[in-house]
Amino acid sequence: MAEHVVPLKTYIGVFLSLMALTALTTGVAYIDLGALNTVAALTIAVVKMLLVVLYFMHARYATGLTRVVIIAGFFWLGILITFALSDELTRNWEIVPQAWGAIIASLRAPVDGCPKWHGR
Amino acid sequence: MADTVAHAHSAHPPGFAHQFEDIEQQREASTLGMWVFLVTEILFFGGMFASYTIYRSLHLPAFETGSRLLEVKFGAINTAVLICSSLTMVLAIRAAQVGKGKAQIAFYLILTMILGATFLGLKLRFEWYHDYIEHIVPGFGFEYRPEWGSLAPQVQMFMCFYFFMTGLHALHMVAGIGVLSVLTIMAARNRFSAEYYAPLDISGLYWHFVDIVWIFLFPLLYLIGGRYAIGGGH
Amino acid sequence: MSTALADIHEVPAESRVNYLNAAYGIKSWLLTVDHKRIGLLYLASITLMFFVGGTAAVLMRMNLIEPQGALLEPETYNKMFSTHGIIMVFFFLVPSIPATLGNFLIPIMIGARDVAFPKLNLMSWYLFITGSTFALYAVLTGGVDTGWTFYTPYSSTYAHTNVIAAALGVFIAGFSSILTGLNFVVTIHKMRAPGMTWFRLPLFIWAMYATSVIFVLGTPVIAVTLLLLGVERLLHVGIFDPAIGGDPLLFQHLFWFYSHPAVYIMILPGMGVISELITAFTRKKIFGYTFVAFSSMGIAVISFVVWGHHMFVTGQSVYAGLVFSVLSFLVAIPSAIKVFNWTATLYRGSISYQAPMLYALGFMGLFTMGGLTGLFLASLAVDVHLNGTYFIVAHFHYIMVGGAVMAYLGGIHYWWPKITGRLYPDLWARFAALVIFVGFNLTFFPQFMLGYLGMPRRYAIYPAEFQVLNVMSSAGASILGVGYLIPLVYLIWSVRYGPPAGPNPWGAKGLEWETPSPPPTENFEVPPVVTEDAYNYPTREVARG
Repeated sequence: MAEHVVPLKTYIGVFLSLMALTALTTGVAYIDLGALNTVAALTIAVVKMLLVVLYFMHARYATGLTRVVIIAGFFWLGILITFALSDELTRNWEIVPQAWGAIIASLRAPVDGCPKWHGR
Repeated sequence: MADTVAHAHSAHPPGFAHQFEDIEQQREASTLGMWVFLVTEILFFGGMFASYTIYRSLHLPAFETGSRLLEVKFGAINTAVLICSSLTMVLAIRAAQVGKGKAQIAFYLILTMILGATFLGLKLRFEWYHDYIEHIVPGFGFEYRPEWGSLAPQVQMFMCFYFFMTGLHALHMVAGIGVLSVLTIMAARNRFSAEYYAPLDISGLYWHFVDIVWIFLFPLLYLIGGRYAIGGGH
Repeated sequence: MSTALADIHEVPAESRVNYLNAAYGIKSWLLTVDHKRIGLLYLASITLMFFVGGTAAVLMRMNLIEPQGALLEPETYNKMFSTHGIIMVFFFLVPSIPATLGNFLIPIMIGARDVAFPKLNLMSWYLFITGSTFALYAVLTGGVDTGWTFYTPYSSTYAHTNVIAAALGVFIAGFSSILTGLNFVVTIHKMRAPGMTWFRLPLFIWAMYATSVIFVLGTPVIAVTLLLLGVERLLHVGIFDPAIGGDPLLFQHLFWFYSHPAVYIMILPGMGVISELITAFTRKKIFGYTFVAFSSMGIAVISFVVWGHHMFVTGQSVYAGLVFSVLSFLVAIPSAIKVFNWTATLYRGSISYQAPMLYALGFMGLFTMGGLTGLFLASLAVDVHLNGTYFIVAHFHYIMVGGAVMAYLGGIHYWWPKITGRLYPDLWARFAALVIFVGFNLTFFPQFMLGYLGMPRRYAIYPAEFQVLNVMSSAGASILGVGYLIPLVYLIWSVRYGPPAGPNPWGAKGLEWETPSPPPTENFEVPPVVTEDAYNYPTREVARG
């Protein structure tokens, strides 16, 4: 939101960059980069988003409050994704790591017919 | 409303709302309001993006298989169409800002609507209808293909995401086109000027947001890994 | 704070133009854009929904008098607890203080003429009414039995009840609260009167701002989740469908991402009200203003990273559970800060015990109990035993009823003279407050014991050894129900027959007490300029001897 009038050249430049980045992301998809394909695609998407947000949506010329609002939105989405993934991706981790298993077993093994307790 | 504070109504520009002290406060409030609304939209679409992220990390091969069912060229063309529409939108606002007159404002708004409608037309006719007759629309005669093997159920899951996410996006486009048509009528009635173009500004923010959602949908749905293995396309 | 009110005291409310008599007729109410009238429209709607949800509770408690169920078939009982939860959470508690007291007071407390977007405000109310209509339709035409939590795959695949209508009602009401939150955020940022800096704001405003941040960030997620649920029921396929790899926990993550912060939506405004009540009825500046203000923001932020504690026993990863457990302990800290600060405010205050203060004191005790029992549940190991039992039911009712509803009633009583221009009979009000307090504790304290002994929640029948405690709880519920009906009578009576209230019947500090009761439509005859901090009560000499 600006009293500030963005020069026409800036708009055209941003537009051409967006088109070029679209071509780039499409092209890169046909090259095998393994896991980097996803990284590349998302990076390009983020760059395109930043161009739109900063120049077309005038965030470059906006107040600090506007920037806090925008960042908060993405940060909160990040909270949702991060914590939900932290559950989904760790579900099959060992409940008790292998190395600890031996220690716990030794603590539990009975001595002279009496159950061991707290290592004694 | 009893207004005991004396002020000359003629001193306020057109479109001034009296809960505000002055037009500047109103402009700041409406802009902040639109940005807050867009944050709610980030979270709204975000629920689906989060779900997509989770299932993709759990079922990547099935998602890649599903992605290969989509035609990259239509996704890419539509991305370009939306980027053009964002340009025409900022040009409409710019036309108002520099006092170009109602004809130019309306021209760019109409162009934006045409591009939006093009996006929807391409999607409906060449993607969704095509998917329907190929029996890959979940809930509408989805048929498992033998080449998917054991991945088949999750391929259907991917197609659920495709239709839900692009469907929600399309609904937002339709709403956007509706807003633009109202703006076009307002522009034709000479409501906008260098002093007052806030409705264009905040509608532009909404339009660009819908564009940004597509900027992420395109790589996440159309371009995920494995196209090189088959030589691209479908 | 500078408006002159010398001649207002003698002029009776009826002969002065105020927001109530500025225009007459149903259209002037249904098409109003005045935030005060919209607040009253909400007051009427949520009161109706409260009694609908309350009726479901009465039926539940009557059924639980006998171990084999005294009244209802199990399927019907399931519909009752679902109705009770859905209506009370989404159609009473979430909008209660924000949409009634918030709408009425926020512009006045910050010295503005109205909210930033008055027409959007009216639309919020219509969205609420539309959502309520769908929810009531769902309840009246067969009910819904998924619980207010709509867990998949039962809700998405197997339930044969009105899930879509109920979910649609909640979805639409969700947009009502999103728009309300948006309106409040912009209003508080942009429309404060000259001199009203952030740190001169009443703490009610800080609490409402924090609540509005949660509205804006959390509600859209449950909206999209319920949308996906509805679509899945229609198409018989979707992202929660186990047949194609759908994970029930995904629904739970999405649902609780909103629904945990939602419980803070329900309590934060109440905490804001309590800050106002404690200062007014101890005639003292709040102890630690900055801490209380920031604790509201702290609660809003931390509330978003604890949701997994609702999923400790449903299959969530233990490692994620550990993280959520630690963070859940953390979220208790800002709430505790508030309780300490309110207590410190009481110390050496000039305390008077009118009805609003009784509600505030009740809040402090009952909220503390509810909050502390939340720590039991944040503990992973203890939660394994207590989850799914009446301990949870007691915990959240202590906070939501012993806390939020009491704060709501305290606020309604405190600002009633401002809203209506009339005084209610305080003796009856104090009596009702005591009846509610007694009834509440008799209803819900036995439930802590039942839960600890292992009685499951959401069951229509129970083992015979739990009967005594259940009967006590049901007896308490009948007392509580009577307690809630009493204010309905005298508050409505007071609108017509109560003595006129002047602009400041409590002698309290705050911009809302500097304008006539009821206020004029534009809130202030002369827009205020703020020169003092909040709660700027004169400090008293400490008495000697």
